[in-house]
Amino acid sequence: MFEEIGTTEEGDLIINVGPQHPATHGVLHLVLTLNGEIIKKVEPHLGYIHRSIEKMCESLSYRQFIYVTSRMDYLSAHINNHACALIVEKGLNVEVPQRAQYIRVIMDELTRIASHELWWSAMSMDLGAFTPYFLAFREREKINEIMEETCGARLTMNYMVPGGVMTELHPDFQEKVKSFIVDFKKTLHEYDELITGNVIFQNRMKGVGYISKEDVITYGCTGPVARASGLRSDIRKIAPYDVYDKVEFDEIIETGGDCFARYQVRIKEMSQSIRIIEQLIDNIPEGDFQAKTKAVLKLPKGEFYQRVETARGELGVYIVSEGAAQPYKIKFRSPGFSNLSALDHMVRGHKIGDFIAAMGTLDLVIPDIDR
Amino acid sequence: MFSLEGLTNFIHEWLNGHLPATFALLVEFVIVGVAAIGLFAVLGLGLVWMERKVAAVMQIRLGPNRLGPKGIFQTSADTVKLIMKEALTPSNADKFLFNLAPFIVIIVAMLILVPIAFARNFQIWDINIGVLYVTAVSSLSVIGILMAGWSSGNKYSLLGAMRSGAQIVSYELSAGLSIISIIVLTGSLKISDIVASQENGWWIFKGHIPAIIAFVIFIIAATAETNRAPFDLAEAESELTAGFHTEYGGMKFALFFLSEYINIFIVCAICATLFLGGWMPFHIGSWTAFNHIMDYIPSSIWFFGKTIFLIFVIMWFRWTFPRLRVDQLLNLEWKYLLPISMFNVLLMTLMAIMGWHF
Repeated sequence: MFEEIGTTEEGDLIINVGPQHPATHGVLHLVLTLNGEIIKKVEPHLGYIHRSIEKMCESLSYRQFIYVTSRMDYLSAHINNHACALIVEKGLNVEVPQRAQYIRVIMDELTRIASHELWWSAMSMDLGAFTPYFLAFREREKINEIMEETCGARLTMNYMVPGGVMTELHPDFQEKVKSFIVDFKKTLHEYDELITGNVIFQNRMKGVGYISKEDVITYGCTGPVARASGLRSDIRKIAPYDVYDKVEFDEIIETGGDCFARYQVRIKEMSQSIRIIEQLIDNIPEGDFQAKTKAVLKLPKGEFYQRVETARGELGVYIVSEGAAQPYKIKFRSPGFSNLSALDHMVRGHKIGDFIAAMGTLDLVIPDIDR
Repeated sequence: MFSLEGLTNFIHEWLNGHLPATFALLVEFVIVGVAAIGLFAVLGLGLVWMERKVAAVMQIRLGPNRLGPKGIFQTSADTVKLIMKEALTPSNADKFLFNLAPFIVIIVAMLILVPIAFARNFQIWDINIGVLYVTAVSSLSVIGILMAGWSSGNKYSLLGAMRSGAQIVSYELSAGLSIISIIVLTGSLKISDIVASQENGWWIFKGHIPAIIAFVIFIIAATAETNRAPFDLAEAESELTAGFHTEYGGMKFALFFLSEYINIFIVCAICATLFLGGWMPFHIGSWTAFNHIMDYIPSSIWFFGKTIFLIFVIMWFRWTFPRLRVDQLLNLEWKYLLPISMFNVLLMTLMAIMGWHF
């Protein structure tokens, strides 16, 4: 009888969570070894959405490969593109006009808010609360509309190009962003009322999925996961790019290390993003939105590395150039992959519900893990 | 006034005038059975539609709005779709138990309908152990759920069924104790007596704080017993895909789904009967004029109004609360609700003995 329902000899219950499962939000496959409700081991199996983006990039020119990277972490598409644009500019020593830098940072922060909103809604749904999904999507829709007007696309914008941004801003851009900020400040408060203060929610989150600062470093976690354990890891502060060194914002550090700390980091980061946008939106300087670059870009021979802070953590782009029009070798260091690797450590000995909560607070985007 | 009593009396007299007494009784049984099934279907469809509309209001959207006015025929169309679907049985499943489980769940839901008083003198069977019968029969539904989970041959189903078993058995205790605290005041298990005892005020007002505590505990326990969010661990979409009914499709799934809504109706009806006076209009002690005005509202409207209000409260829970974890769920019952309700029964008994209630 036990063999029929698939338990092993030791009496462990092995469950496949995914590749089709409501809580994995993508084709992530996790093999859970359970003792009743208690988790003994979590084993991620990757490869279901592997599109060999790195190899594809090696056959595309320096202008073209940026577009492919929108499909990695599709919720931070702008920021991925930004990283690629930055590394090409670094290789070619292109001076990016101030206007383009401002626009890029504003776009990055809007993307970050949109991404955190989607995380908030998906995580709440993992915990069994459905209404947050609709509340957050209402606000996210406004960002998508702003993006659509200026970039022409809602998800994979492809707006950043080497030397600046692709097109001029839409005339309504500043006005719409400002009205979004006014609305969003109110709704952030709504989010707290609905979920953050809820007793059930706090009991589900506090003390669950703990990871210490040392373990965060060991597993290479970055972004909100690392900052929730007290590790300073915001690339916008450590190695500022574009105009991040000119704006004032706080790096959110929590010391709890549990799911609730990770939740708080992301919620507070949203208001910091608003703060950054508020400082920039009225001061976008006049001038070119794109620097003059050659028709065919060729990076000099050598190795290049650029890192940026996406909504999920540190995205690194590593390029080896042989001086040709295409990169010889390209490698992305994706934040989701390292964050996922810490999941097993976080949830061992916890219950299935905790595993779902911890996975929710890691904010996994599967195409980012599996490029 | 406007009660359904006249209708039942008319049918009873008409049948007895045209048929021998035995046949008349048999025909009455059939009519009652058909009416119960009809009510069942109407309630199921109505409550599913109501849930969708409540969810839509809470989630800033419109909800079903295409079929019929305000989309009221949407659930009927869904039912037709579910009936048309092929009833699959997984090859791993224990076929007999797998197919039996939905029927057990639905039969239990139907049986509990028996002693509920829908209006003044409008009740299928005014059994003298009414409330005890309800608590006894409602605990049978867990057998159907365990059966479904075990026989599906799916690990998610098994986990869901085990969670559900622990949950329903636990929460029945505090639900039972809350009921007892009202029984202490009424001195009768008969539903008609319980309703009659609230003629000059509902127990939630007359019973002071212990009645309010019992009411709150009963609502929580009822939500848990019907496997509704935030206690929907047996289903828990994000954890166990669909829990005990993962493998069910078509009409077999529909039976589980229907029984969930019927169970909600029943627990809310019991709650309304015990605490909010059932079909009894809102009366205030000696305000005769006010009481007479209230009597003009038909008793069936009082009953369904109170029940639907409580159903709304339970739906409100679902669309605003996150789900509990399995150990927190059991902690809540065994460490908080059960001791509180035990103490509450003592308090209520003391109150009843001293005659402190109104």
